[in-house]
Amino acid sequence: MDVAWFVVLSAFIFCIGAAGVMTRRSPLVVLLCLELMLNAGNLALIAFSRMVGNHEGQVFALIVMVVAACEVVIGLGIIVAMYRRRLPIDVDRMSELRG
Amino acid sequence: MFFEQLLFFVAGFGAIGGAVGVVVLRNPFYSVLALVGHLISLAILFLLLTAAFLAAAQVVVYAGAVMVLYVFVVAYVGGSEEELRPEAKGLLGAFGPLFAAVLLVELAIAVIGSSLSTLDSRGADVGAGFGSPGAIGELLLTKFLLPFEAASFLLLIAAVGAVVLARKRRGLEEPADAISVADLVRSDVGTQKEAAG
Amino acid sequence: MSVTDWGWAVLLLPLAGTLIITFGWRVLPGRLPGFIGSAAIGLSFASAVAMLLALLDRPEESRSLVDSAYTYASTAGFEADMAILVDPLSVLMCLVVSGVSFLIHVYSVAYMESDRGYTRFFAYLNFFVFSMLLLVLAANFVLLIVGWAFVGAASYLLISYWYRRESATAAGIKAFVINVVGDVGLVIGAFLLFDATAALDFATVFERTPEVFATNDGQLVAACLLLLVGAFAKSAQIPLHTWLPDAMEAPTPVSALIHAATMVTAGVYLIARMHPLFEQAPAAADVSAIIGATTLFVAATIALVVTDLKRVIAYSTMSQIGYMVLGVSVFAYGAGMFHLMTHAFFKALLFMGAGSVIAAMGNEQSLDRMGGFRKAMPFTYATFTIGALALAGFPLMSGFFSKDEILAYTFNRGGLYVILGVVGYAAAAMTAFYAFRMVFRVFHGEPVPEARELEGGHLVHADPVNPATGEPEDTDVGFPGSEHHIAEREAGMKAAMGPLALLAIVAGFVQIPGVTDVLEHFLEPTFADSHYVHEHPSDSAEWLGLAVGALISIAGIAGAWFVYIRQPGTTGRLAERFAGVHDFLASKWYFDELYDRTVVQPFAATGRFGRTVIESAFVQGVIVGGTVGIVRAGSSFARSIQTGELRAYAALLLIGVSGLVLYFLIVAS
Repeated sequence: MDVAWFVVLSAFIFCIGAAGVMTRRSPLVVLLCLELMLNAGNLALIAFSRMVGNHEGQVFALIVMVVAACEVVIGLGIIVAMYRRRLPIDVDRMSELRG
Repeated sequence: MFFEQLLFFVAGFGAIGGAVGVVVLRNPFYSVLALVGHLISLAILFLLLTAAFLAAAQVVVYAGAVMVLYVFVVAYVGGSEEELRPEAKGLLGAFGPLFAAVLLVELAIAVIGSSLSTLDSRGADVGAGFGSPGAIGELLLTKFLLPFEAASFLLLIAAVGAVVLARKRRGLEEPADAISVADLVRSDVGTQKEAAG
Repeated sequence: MSVTDWGWAVLLLPLAGTLIITFGWRVLPGRLPGFIGSAAIGLSFASAVAMLLALLDRPEESRSLVDSAYTYASTAGFEADMAILVDPLSVLMCLVVSGVSFLIHVYSVAYMESDRGYTRFFAYLNFFVFSMLLLVLAANFVLLIVGWAFVGAASYLLISYWYRRESATAAGIKAFVINVVGDVGLVIGAFLLFDATAALDFATVFERTPEVFATNDGQLVAACLLLLVGAFAKSAQIPLHTWLPDAMEAPTPVSALIHAATMVTAGVYLIARMHPLFEQAPAAADVSAIIGATTLFVAATIALVVTDLKRVIAYSTMSQIGYMVLGVSVFAYGAGMFHLMTHAFFKALLFMGAGSVIAAMGNEQSLDRMGGFRKAMPFTYATFTIGALALAGFPLMSGFFSKDEILAYTFNRGGLYVILGVVGYAAAAMTAFYAFRMVFRVFHGEPVPEARELEGGHLVHADPVNPATGEPEDTDVGFPGSEHHIAEREAGMKAAMGPLALLAIVAGFVQIPGVTDVLEHFLEPTFADSHYVHEHPSDSAEWLGLAVGALISIAGIAGAWFVYIRQPGTTGRLAERFAGVHDFLASKWYFDELYDRTVVQPFAATGRFGRTVIESAFVQGVIVGGTVGIVRAGSSFARSIQTGELRAYAALLLIGVSGLVLYFLIVAS
């Protein structure tokens, strides 16, 4: 049971998530892909924690989960607010950072 | 041993399948469901890595709470079918996945390459209580007390933020009065584009 | 009080006058600034007299005193202090400067009364006197140059005193620019001397000159020629003379002070002071003598034909300074300084008289419109005629003795100097002629309407116009005042002109050849180190020269009488017959046109070239525009990355991450 396999799997998932972020147009799905990337990171952390033999990686992963939850809350809140304002739910149309 | 490997591959395929499903499926609702599947596969993988508490937390918190929240929002917003064509303009549409592939190759090389020698294949010998809630809890209250408290503070902020974002005035729904995303993201001095002229 | 203490008093009293008037101008009422200014100069003159007496108390060998107030800089190889030099030469100059200035101040108190800028006038006048005294009393090149520059600045301020007249400001600028050219020459010359002798104060430089320089050494000749550039710019000698006629735009007292008695004599003073240098470099002295002779001739010819009264006197000044320059360049220092002194008296007197006449004419200055003031203005007529007689060198007047002494010394040098002497006598004839040209045209003949009115007791009062162009003016600040003051009615003006007339008559008697030798004897300690101090023309030669001079002067006056009184209209016929010559002389030998063509136009063209090609096209277009263009292009490229699209940013992020991972991979392997 190579720990290395878990890390490779984590890399795989991370890249899939990255491709999704770059390709999808709905912010909802972009957030989902973001979750994918975070989870991939968690997996890697726990794998390394198993390899090293202490719990620090797991605690780290736990905190990452907390952060992910908060981020999802705020992200979805923004999407809900946008929907309420009747703005288009489209990542390409949100270009006010243009300069 | 064999069982573990089998389980690893099953869970691995599940994870990858879920991930691909998230990216590929057009209907956002289906993407959410795919992610749920992905998360549960990941939980199994965590178990394989003797991180029992985290596997439970993953299922309960992530798949249970966060995804449910997602489902609510998707139901409210009503994610419609998106166009089939790659939506990104020009370069991004063509090269988006390519960049990800490049990254994957790099990471693979990193992991499988020469640095592999540092990875102990089996992992350290761990005792029985490895990954148990008690062990994690002890760490959370001693060594990682500060991050723990900071995380709870972060949760508070997120909750307050969510309330602020989603509130609406009682009875009045005029766009001018309520906070809008435009107001949220606009800075005081105007965009860079305005500044540059 | 020691001699040098009096020297400081002489120098600082005019400065005090200036400061009081400048800072108190709001509170000083009416004529008070005039009185303060005159008092300051009067006290300065009294101090100069005291200085003279104290100096005479000392034995002859020790009559050269330096007193330093303050060491300005003292480093290795360079010492400069604020020091004054009191010796017979500087005492003589102080007396002349402060004395004549005092009389001119008294004249101006009355003459400038209705001018709105009265206070400013006296502040400037006092400042000028201070600068001139600083120049004269300086003991080293540093203070000399400071005084030199101040005098130039003061002359600019005073020439463009009526600053709302464009011609006046243009004249002021012209004078200042030419003075600056002289300043540059002076500074570079001083530097060349410092370079060779490693000293700046006169005593040390003069001591080391024979040791460091061979006779006619290249560097010394160059230094002397550069000093001459400075001297000629100040003294209005050819080729730097074009400013002086234009400077007649100044009020008449200014012309009397600056362009007769003091500033234009600074060049003569310089050459006399630097005599050890010029004696060691006779080539430069020869150049100076030739230029002096040339100027005195050219200026005399021009004075025969110009029609503006003040300009005739201005060219006469130029000519007489030429005599002085000639005198000190043939090493006849006593004679040169003697002529300087007598010229100060009679020229200031002539200008004062001219001021009176111009006031009677209602600020009209053209000779063509004047005539017959003899009965209306007797005092002015008398003093003006005395001045003209002195200028013409009429026997027994002061100008007679001084001018002919210079020419006697010139002939005594022999060789080619005889030519210069002959030129000098020719010009003397012309001088006598034009001096009385003025007298006869202004005071004799048919009285003009202004004169008739004045005989009836009524001073003419015309609308104020610019005398040169005829443009109407007003009488507010920047233009002449509304009232005109003539000598017959103002006690102040008479009080100034009277003593000058007296001095113009008797001043010559201090230096009668063979009889009295006061001035030359007094100046001996200064010029004791000169090789030529004992080269006098013999008494008989001098008497011969005096006789020749007397004859020439009488001939000139007679010629003028003939042309203007006996057969009026002769000049008109001559002007027609010799129209070419007349135009040439009336255009001042075309010097102004020459300078315009060779100096002014090329500079203007260079400026235009600079503006259109270098500035507009190159600097603005290429350098500024190019830099701006590059920055704009670069930043617009950078801006194009800021699309505002989320996914593009995400992509960039990932590219960055890939890059980093790649880097770490490479480093680790």
